[in-house]
Amino acid sequence: MIEQIGTGEAVVFWVCAVLSVVGALGLILSRRAVHSALWLALTMISLAVLYIANAAPFLGMVQIIVYTGAVMMLFLFVLMVVGVDASDSLVETIRGQRWAAIILGLGFGMLLTAGIANALVGAQMVGLDGPNSQYGGNVEGLARLLFSDYLVAFEIVAALLIVAAVGALVLAHREKWQPKLTQRDLAIQRVRTGLHPGNQPPPGVYARHNSVDTPALLPDGSIAEQSVPEPLRVRGDLRPVDTAAITETTELAEGHAADGPRDHPVADDPGSSPGEGR
Amino acid sequence: MIGNGAIIAADVAPILEPSSAATGIFAWIWLLIALPLAGAIVLLTTGRWTNRFGHLIGVATVVIAAGLAIAMLIEMMGRSAEARSFEQTLYSWVFAGQFQVDVAFQLDQLSMVFVLLITIVGSLIHIYSIGYMAHDPDRRRFFGFLNLFVAAMLLLVLADNYLLLYVGWEGVGLASFLLIGFWQYKPSAAAAAKKAFVINRVGDVGLSLAIMLMFVTFGSVTFESVFSSAGGASDSTLTWIGLLLLLAAAGKSAQFPLQAWLLDAMEGPTPVSALIHAATMVTAGVYLIVRSNAIYDKTVFAATTVVVIGVITMIIGAVIGSAKDDIKKALAGSTMSQIGYMVLAAGLGPVGYVFAIFHLLTHGVFKANLFLSAGSVMHGMNNGVDMRRFGALRAVMMITFGAFMFGYLAIIGIPPFSGFYSKDKIILAAFEQNTIVGISAVLAAGITGFYMTRMFTMTFLGKARWDDDAHPHESPPVMTIPLIVLAIGSLGLGASLYYWGDIVEWLAPVTGYESRPIAIPTTVLEAITLVIVLIGVAIAVLMYGKSVPIEPPQKVSVLTIAARNNLYDDATNDIVAVRPTWYAARFLVWFDNRIVDGAVNASAAFVGGASGRLRRLQNGFTRSYALVMVIGVIVVFGVLALVGLS
Amino acid sequence: MNPENYIILSGVLFTIGAIGVLVRRNAIVVFMSVELMLNAANLAFVAFARINGNLDGQVVAFFVMVVAAAEVVVGLAIIVTVFRSRRSASIDEPNLLKY
Repeated sequence: MIEQIGTGEAVVFWVCAVLSVVGALGLILSRRAVHSALWLALTMISLAVLYIANAAPFLGMVQIIVYTGAVMMLFLFVLMVVGVDASDSLVETIRGQRWAAIILGLGFGMLLTAGIANALVGAQMVGLDGPNSQYGGNVEGLARLLFSDYLVAFEIVAALLIVAAVGALVLAHREKWQPKLTQRDLAIQRVRTGLHPGNQPPPGVYARHNSVDTPALLPDGSIAEQSVPEPLRVRGDLRPVDTAAITETTELAEGHAADGPRDHPVADDPGSSPGEGR
Repeated sequence: MIGNGAIIAADVAPILEPSSAATGIFAWIWLLIALPLAGAIVLLTTGRWTNRFGHLIGVATVVIAAGLAIAMLIEMMGRSAEARSFEQTLYSWVFAGQFQVDVAFQLDQLSMVFVLLITIVGSLIHIYSIGYMAHDPDRRRFFGFLNLFVAAMLLLVLADNYLLLYVGWEGVGLASFLLIGFWQYKPSAAAAAKKAFVINRVGDVGLSLAIMLMFVTFGSVTFESVFSSAGGASDSTLTWIGLLLLLAAAGKSAQFPLQAWLLDAMEGPTPVSALIHAATMVTAGVYLIVRSNAIYDKTVFAATTVVVIGVITMIIGAVIGSAKDDIKKALAGSTMSQIGYMVLAAGLGPVGYVFAIFHLLTHGVFKANLFLSAGSVMHGMNNGVDMRRFGALRAVMMITFGAFMFGYLAIIGIPPFSGFYSKDKIILAAFEQNTIVGISAVLAAGITGFYMTRMFTMTFLGKARWDDDAHPHESPPVMTIPLIVLAIGSLGLGASLYYWGDIVEWLAPVTGYESRPIAIPTTVLEAITLVIVLIGVAIAVLMYGKSVPIEPPQKVSVLTIAARNNLYDDATNDIVAVRPTWYAARFLVWFDNRIVDGAVNASAAFVGGASGRLRRLQNGFTRSYALVMVIGVIVVFGVLALVGLS
Repeated sequence: MNPENYIILSGVLFTIGAIGVLVRRNAIVVFMSVELMLNAANLAFVAFARINGNLDGQVVAFFVMVVAAAEVVVGLAIIVTVFRSRRSASIDEPNLLKY
């Protein structure tokens, strides 16, 4: 029983083969790791198609779901942790490594392909129509093998997955060297350091501004530096003090002195309270 | 124990007598050793606590042992000659397969006379030491060592096998080391002790090899089985055993060529010299040879070697004694010479064993007498030993003078003093055996007459040549009484042992005795000997009778210079043993440092260097390792392709 | 078309993956290259299964996927741990284990 490869499959093969080699080359030639991951995903999807073409629909699905879906997402996740921008420098640190690797790799590839081609010249393909249909389908056939001939290996692999999961937990675990600090401990620590013990002063908020980059004013009219978050301060993104508005407000307050003192002109404005409540 | 040939003592049967079990008083044989040993242990371990009366304990143990020995002698004399040997087994000491050794004692006629000599002369020396060491801060230690010495010597003569004898032998060596170096703060004393110890070690190697050879040959080291099966061994084995035993005896008894330590041993306190020279130590070698008579009887070569060694030592001892100005060293030379007589006699075979022991006994007494008298003189002369600064001491120390004179007459062999009987018997036996040996013995007797007269005249007669601060005086009674006892012994011991004690008959069961006729009648020979001795005396009187220069004269004969330098024995030892050893050691050090260490270091350096370069392969880069893996894969692939994958 | 084309494609992908392992220094990319090599092997298994006409090759490929998943989990955890202590994902960085 000899199965011949039809033209349709040949077309699929050549398309997917080219795509997968391009993806592989892209993987090793991209400078940025994210690009590599995306190229690899292309290769894997192409391979999934080839699996299906090779009468292995179950593996093709698993390839897409597990590899392209789960494993590649895991890779991308780790890449996000490590830093998306991380890219290799082009300078090779080990002398001669790159050229030796390329020459040896190509030599190895040639040996491999030559060996395979030599071994498979004139090979006849039996095909999987028989085995696949024996128990009603590819999945049923695989299941039968897995739970009969390969049962021990299957169980061992199950154990391996558990161990791998636990191992990942252990590796990623960070040991605590001292007891967790409570609120009380933090309070004591803050007082002991002698810095400003209470809350920082909130940003200066006036009737017309409620942005955190507005500095608060001290009684003498100067700026309270600490009222603005440090990154803004360092960047110099302080909103300049609108002296005209202040003067106007002061005049208004003096003009309506009979209405009573108004120390906090914005206190009644519920939407303009960006700082922490006191 | 077999006397083959004519036995002159009629009632001595030439049979190998089995020893009877020790009963009655002989059950206390072990006590003879235990007493002085206990004394030594007590004195050496109790510390300052016994400083005040320790010496009395030391004396008491030896005196009690002497009393016990005398009681045993009386009991032994009451028995027949066949029943005079006793054995006492204390316990099994070594039991390793075939090798069985007991701690067992054997008291026979030979051991008996030794025990008597050791305990009685030892007692007198102990008593004398009370006075002599009265002012020494370490007197307790001194008596402890003396007790140890006596105990070791008693173990040596009472052991019934060679291994136990070896223990006593080593004990004697240890005790002599401790006593010669007693004043260890003097570098000369420390060196002398070390020298004695090292030279003794040479002899000890001989003894240990002899014991091993005996065990290999006879399967046992007890006297009884070794002697009874001696006939079964090959000639060469017996000769080797004999020569090794002789080496041991030469070491202990200061015989040529191991005699160099004896003169230096004078660095010890004088009672020690007396003990070493008279009662213990140097007699051990003679005891060993006489005890092993069954072996020497069967090997002519070894026996002849013994005679030759004895003759050589006899002559050189006498020559050295003639040139020394140090009274103790002159006496030491004399001891060498006299022990040479004994060894000579012991080598003569059954003719001489008895007389070797006889002379050993009389010599033990008169040499102790001479040494203790010399000690008494030194005691009165601020510990001076230079005879050129003595002279005319007769008037101030009459008792010492008298005692010394008795010893002097005894050693040169004037009848009826004891040396006459013992020494003339040796000379007679020598003539019986070999004329040349006999003539040498007579000649040595003449030289003895010369040097002893020289010593006697320079010390007691002539004019006083004392140092200005010397105030000679007689020693206290605790020292003079032993002198008097020993002087009486010097006078009477020889005759009483020979005529009344019948020493020949007494010892014959152990050693055997035979007598052969000689060409010259004994009386004539004795007369000739006496004349030659008197000639020696006359020469000495002529040379030293009138005046003695305080400084030793420098224009003297070559022989005198050689004798003053101990006949260059130290130089000889230096050339023969010390230098070669030194050079060999230097060579070995060089060999070890350069060749052995060099080889080791070179291989280590090679390995180190190679690994230093090889380890560079481990550069820590994972990718390099992966590259190497790829190379490996390619190689495997290549090989597979070559051998035919397809 | 011959069935061996699949195998040759597998060899090419495997070679590219090996070169990637040897050349790239970012540990994550190295890991991806390893995955590529595993996938190439899987392709060979699947193709051989079809050539030989039985499903065992596919079963093995399935096991390879499971083991690869486990390996990725542990390997990425290691990379994260190393990154945490050295602030770098370079595979040349942890090179203390050397001469």
